[in-house]
Amino acid sequence: MLNFTPKELQERKSGGMINPAKTCQPIGAMYAALGIHRCLPHSHGSQGCCSYHRMHLTRHFRDPVMASTSSFTEGASVFGGGANLKTSIKNVFAIYDPDIMAIHTTCLTETIGDDIPAYLGTAEIPEGKIVIHCNTPSYVGSHITGFSNMTKGMVTYLSEASTETKKEQVNLIPGFVNPGDMREIKRLVKVMGINFIMFPDTSGVVDSPMTGKFEMYPKGGTTIGELKDTGNSRLTLALGSFASTDASLALERKCKVPAKIMKTPIGVKATDEFLMALRNGFVKEIPYELEEERGQLVDIMTDTHYHFHGKKVAVFGDPDIVIGLTEFVLSLGMIPVHVLTGTPGNAFEKELRAMLLEAGIKGNVKASGDLFEFHQWIKNETVDLIIGNTYGKYIARAEDIPLVRVGFPILDRSVHSYMPIVGYKGAMRLIEMISGALLDKQDRDAADEDFELVM
Amino acid sequence: MAVNEKDIDSILEAYPAKVKRNRKKHIVIKDSSLAHQEIEANTRTIPGIITNRGCAYAGCKGVVLGPIKDIVHITHGPVGCGYYSWLTRRNKAKTLEDGKNYLAYCVTTDMQETDIVFGGEKKLAKVIDEVVEIFKPNGVTVSATCPIGLIGDDINAIAKAAQEKHGIPVMAFSCEGYKGVSQSAGHHIANNGVLEWMVGKGEMTEAPAKYSINMLGEYNIGGDSWEIERFLKEIGYHIIAVATGDGSYENLKNTHVADLNLVQCHRSINYIAEMLEIKYGTPWLKVNFIGVEATVKSLRDMAIYFGDPELIQKTEDVIAREVARVEPILNQYKKICEGKTAFCFVGGSRGHHYQKLFADLGIDTVLAGYEFAHRDDYEGRQVIPDIKPDADSKNIPELHVESDKKLFKLKISPEKAEELKKKIPLSNYEGMNAEMKDGYLIVDDLNHFETERFVELLKPDIFASGIKDKFIPQKMGIPSKQIHSYDYSGPYAGFNGAVKFAEDVTAMFTTPTWNFMTPPWKYKPMLEGTVEEEGN
Repeated sequence: MLNFTPKELQERKSGGMINPAKTCQPIGAMYAALGIHRCLPHSHGSQGCCSYHRMHLTRHFRDPVMASTSSFTEGASVFGGGANLKTSIKNVFAIYDPDIMAIHTTCLTETIGDDIPAYLGTAEIPEGKIVIHCNTPSYVGSHITGFSNMTKGMVTYLSEASTETKKEQVNLIPGFVNPGDMREIKRLVKVMGINFIMFPDTSGVVDSPMTGKFEMYPKGGTTIGELKDTGNSRLTLALGSFASTDASLALERKCKVPAKIMKTPIGVKATDEFLMALRNGFVKEIPYELEEERGQLVDIMTDTHYHFHGKKVAVFGDPDIVIGLTEFVLSLGMIPVHVLTGTPGNAFEKELRAMLLEAGIKGNVKASGDLFEFHQWIKNETVDLIIGNTYGKYIARAEDIPLVRVGFPILDRSVHSYMPIVGYKGAMRLIEMISGALLDKQDRDAADEDFELVM
Repeated sequence: MAVNEKDIDSILEAYPAKVKRNRKKHIVIKDSSLAHQEIEANTRTIPGIITNRGCAYAGCKGVVLGPIKDIVHITHGPVGCGYYSWLTRRNKAKTLEDGKNYLAYCVTTDMQETDIVFGGEKKLAKVIDEVVEIFKPNGVTVSATCPIGLIGDDINAIAKAAQEKHGIPVMAFSCEGYKGVSQSAGHHIANNGVLEWMVGKGEMTEAPAKYSINMLGEYNIGGDSWEIERFLKEIGYHIIAVATGDGSYENLKNTHVADLNLVQCHRSINYIAEMLEIKYGTPWLKVNFIGVEATVKSLRDMAIYFGDPELIQKTEDVIAREVARVEPILNQYKKICEGKTAFCFVGGSRGHHYQKLFADLGIDTVLAGYEFAHRDDYEGRQVIPDIKPDADSKNIPELHVESDKKLFKLKISPEKAEELKKKIPLSNYEGMNAEMKDGYLIVDDLNHFETERFVELLKPDIFASGIKDKFIPQKMGIPSKQIHSYDYSGPYAGFNGAVKFAEDVTAMFTTPTWNFMTPPWKYKPMLEGTVEEEGN
């Protein structure tokens, strides 16, 4: 398994990637667009892009992922994709009847410079229907950038400041997380008794129930009315700076809704900060129900600390998730020695270096990294646990290190997209997974005489 | 169950006029009373239609090149394409003594904005250098993604220079996603390269053993090829190369010496089969190792080709033993499956092959079609001269081959070949339509809208397709089987595969989970009471 990955770290100067820890923008834009109610995401490019993205998202969520494509040919690539886009718009509304179509571009249409707003200006859009777009060049950023761009597109096209005074409601931008996380974030805000608009919101879309009926547009997703109303909210909480900052700042500029950029609420600290922002923003006491949950979490953390305290861990994945996870494993007394994301961004390295410095840990931190290098780090300094997506299983097997699957994508296990990692409940689940993985290995490797009933 | 034209029209009615006109030509109701039924295939997907089709890159790097294990495959482009085609197709491969198996590695040039503006040639050259240094592979391929052709990177020149520098084959494939109309274009581009740069490069000048064969168009999904090789080897065949499942450059380079080429997936590999015949004099035989009956027929056809009584006897012995072994097991599953109906919409050959496996279980395929096939895959190879090239197919380079002066060797005489052609599908494929029953539907490039409508119309008991549409019928309560990835099971080929398939399909019908679809409060009254009768 991965026998050609040498221990010796030699700088690779080409700028190429071996076993990437990111993918391209359009898939993130497609995922974000699925979080609008009755929306059909549209991929403006070759049909292979749309096919790959639907395939990958479907494998992660195990639910239908509907999206259309401009199906470029060589001719369209030479003469421009205006005709393909206009035909697409006509056919999509006639055949699939969404309320809104959310177009994202691809490296092909970005390279030839297709001007989407100009095409939209002359396209036949049926009365009452909406088309929005964002540019998602695959050669910039990552899938997280694409998610961010589409979310920002929702603001630039739809948000309106239509009331004189702001409403007592909060905008929540959840970032590139699972529907299970979105549901948990919404539950926390509901328990706080605060009105909210979450956008995008893929819960009820890619975790739809089995009813015996296929719904092309399931119940979930942020409605167009809600998206417009985001401009009237009193505050926006952008959860996860990489995925949510741009949309929140656009909303601040466009509709004067103040933006507060926060961590994805993973772990006790970030969840505390999230609730405190709501408490202070809306002058609401934290209900006992949440204080009790927090107390339970801290109880578990303390009771079981010897399962994970002092264990070395390597974390990889999407930047907002990795930042949250690293902060949480530090709260558990674990030692994150290798931390990597494939998404570019100096802010990631800066934030994590500060975190490790404060904890007195000398570790490897890298943005724009790949799993080839991550594996090499582990070969040079081994760890007790890897936390990351499914791709980590090859390294985990090669080095016989337990893997806790967190993030996107998880292609070889199920139920993960329904279960949160955010909030206090999510933190409990993370502890269950971390402890379980470490103890399973201890059990597996124990001599008969050391094999224990109670741990 | 038979469908009529009116049913089709009422479904297509919802389309805008242009779409309706287009789609009607891709749908045929089988009618054997007609001399010939033409279907439109391998034409552009209409923009805006939710299609299952992929692109040329997916067909080239993803399907044909990707499984070759001792070569490092570089994707030249932004990160996505390489990433999505990394370990996602279940083409299994065993590592041989040389240890050279690179399938768990994904190499991409990860082009950035500056590379798009200033060109990515230098970066590609550096990545090739690094890859050769780290992996020491038997070869390197470079597959181009959409932007490459547009910005004009000369990947052939870079590959040529790298080949001279490193002394190993470095092969460039211009399989930009916008070429052609589907994955099919990519298969063709890959086939051309395999033939030009791999086949015939080995040292062998004649077959190393009796009954030497190649298996073409077999991708070892879920271990299919290993099951097929199990009984082929037992019968006495010597397999030189499999293209390309569990394949290697080391084996492919000697493809030219085989006595016979087997073609499993006609669509993706027929180009190589044809060119091998012209260049090296090796005929090809269309086989299908999916389903017991089909496997038995293919084994007998192979034995007829070689015509050796000993081989024929051994073939019959193995068939008798295997059939006796699996038939009683299949009969048990058949009790549950018999009389059910299926949709089978897959790829470019599987849409045909898997009907056989369903038939073994008594399941009737009432709608079948291909995602990216050409007319000959439906109507048979005799229509090839009638297929007019269009703007999209003209963009795919045709490799014109001639007989190889040194290595051409006629494996059988033309007279013998003609005689055999009357008995077995030698260098011929009759297509799927011939085997469909009257009144059943053949749909090319089935799309989402039609899937929903046809499922409503025909109410199949099982839907066989891919990951993108799997969960759509399943939400409707219809079990849905992935025939590209086998839902991570398999093998489904050969005798053991038929058993595995039967087991899996039966589980789909009998899983108790279906019983919970409707919650009890939807059919039980809220107030429950008992009526007391007098005298009680």
